[in-house]
Amino acid sequence: MGKVLMKGNEAIGEAAIRAGCLNYFAYPITPQSEIAEYLSRRLPESGGVYLQGESEVAVSYMIFGAAGCGERVFTSSSSPGISLMSEGLSYIAGAELPCVFVNIMRGGPGLGGILPSQADYFQATKGGGHGDYHLMVLAPDSVQEAVDMVMESFRLAEKYRNPVMIIGDGLIGQMMEPVAFRDELKSEPLNKDVWASNGMSTRNSKTPNLVKSLFLSPEQLNAHNLKLKAKYEQMAREDLRFETYNMDADYKALIVSFGTMSRVCRTAIDDLKEEGIDVAMLRPQTVFPFPEKAIYDAALKKECKIVLSIEMNMGQMVEDVERSVKGQRPVEWYGKCGGEIPTPEEIQELVKSRL
Amino acid sequence: MGKVFKKPEALSDVHTHYCPGCTHGIIHRLIAEVIDELGIRENTVGVAPVGCAVLIYDYFTLDFQESAHGRAPAMATGIKRVRPDLMVFTYQGDGDMASIGISEIIHAANRGEKFTSIFVNNAVYGMTGGQMAPTTLPGQRTTTSPEGRNVDEVGMPIRMAELLSSLATPGYIARHSVTSPKYINRTKKAIKKAFQYQMENRCFSLIEVISTCPTNWGMTPVEALKWAEDEMLQFYQLGEYKTPE
Repeated sequence: MGKVLMKGNEAIGEAAIRAGCLNYFAYPITPQSEIAEYLSRRLPESGGVYLQGESEVAVSYMIFGAAGCGERVFTSSSSPGISLMSEGLSYIAGAELPCVFVNIMRGGPGLGGILPSQADYFQATKGGGHGDYHLMVLAPDSVQEAVDMVMESFRLAEKYRNPVMIIGDGLIGQMMEPVAFRDELKSEPLNKDVWASNGMSTRNSKTPNLVKSLFLSPEQLNAHNLKLKAKYEQMAREDLRFETYNMDADYKALIVSFGTMSRVCRTAIDDLKEEGIDVAMLRPQTVFPFPEKAIYDAALKKECKIVLSIEMNMGQMVEDVERSVKGQRPVEWYGKCGGEIPTPEEIQELVKSRL
Repeated sequence: MGKVFKKPEALSDVHTHYCPGCTHGIIHRLIAEVIDELGIRENTVGVAPVGCAVLIYDYFTLDFQESAHGRAPAMATGIKRVRPDLMVFTYQGDGDMASIGISEIIHAANRGEKFTSIFVNNAVYGMTGGQMAPTTLPGQRTTTSPEGRNVDEVGMPIRMAELLSSLATPGYIARHSVTSPKYINRTKKAIKKAFQYQMENRCFSLIEVISTCPTNWGMTPVEALKWAEDEMLQFYQLGEYKTPE
């Protein structure tokens, strides 16, 4: 199939349908309401389920119920809405249900603003809801990658029986770019009859299935948490993703950046190269699991003097970068908030001032 | 001579954790009998609440999903929307439905979701140890209203059956009681009717059941039944509040 010019939000909705997800529940919020608008038209004509819930809280449990039946389901929201869904995300992670949450991030805290931001990095990667759990978190840097990640996310969610979150800053949702859709995925949800609570007769079972997150005995809950932990470690072994830029050069500085911010960094790196200054970039595509070892190895390359974590927030991923570098090189954060985006010139100045 | 009375197939053969004199057991049995009579056990998914009935899935021989506090109607919505062929019911107490989950139940009822809610009202939070509920009667003493519910400060109890009946969307809404054999029989008929409406894909249905909590009321089971009839049924009138006809 050739490329079509599409707005990020609409492309995300279309990608979910093509990944075989015909169930979507959501509550409107800027800057991602076009996903709901698009699917309110596309899903009924595709024989799917579209429902606008009364709140993001309710929506997160509609997702729970649908995923608990073993059906492919997803939702989308933006930062304040994801906060409200975080209670449900904790229950969904606890009950090990495969489903997909898209967060088109805006600035915070509180109502914050409606412009692009990466300020929900902590919320996405460190929890957000209560208890020991992790989402698998993917961070696209283009509309095309958002489409590819949405299509891939259902397979990952089903592989791990774990919610997957896609964090795109508002730019990913709002801009138009050419996209190509891969072939439609025809796969059925994996192994759902083993665990899904979907009516015994539909799986010819004599044993009820129970979908729950309650484990009252300390031994059982500890064992459950160990099982979840093993799953997160498996994600790091098998589905860690990142991309590198100018990594073959003898770079003096390493930039770590994700999403839209990394595109600005790429421009800065190109401009610096013309001035004879080599800088490399490592762009995490999964921010949980995080490419710790790859960042460590890249930071320790002998010419590399400093590691810069450049973000559209007040310094969140930098903590994971510091953790990865283990004190072997200085690590600094640079960023802006509220819809302000560091420019290539600012990044160039920053790099020059540190070398 | 064959058995004339036996445990419903939909009930598990286990002891429950409920206190002596608690009426949850009666209500569980009524639901199980209805499920047996309608032959829908293998096609039913229950949604468990947070509250005393949090372990309800241990007492039924059918699929369950366990909700967070108050969110059962949203979860039942998710299940029913993607699997309209299933029979779906929520089982919720008064704190769960009338306090933290009042938004979820109102909107599910107003959308006309085709599932059934069993709402167990005993005017108190049970599992957490007897705190005031939205349905606690005026003047009723609880661990968080030690001088009795002061309606000047916290308002009057919420009548869920009446509140939900005010919605313009068609539904089946009734309030019954399990405080006497006569009332128990009527409750069972109402539960059956609710499930039948669901089978016909007619409407949302909710049966409020006036129930007791001897432990947290500080009464014997017999005193509790009398108190429920003398005090609760004055404020919570029994009957059908809304039918889809």
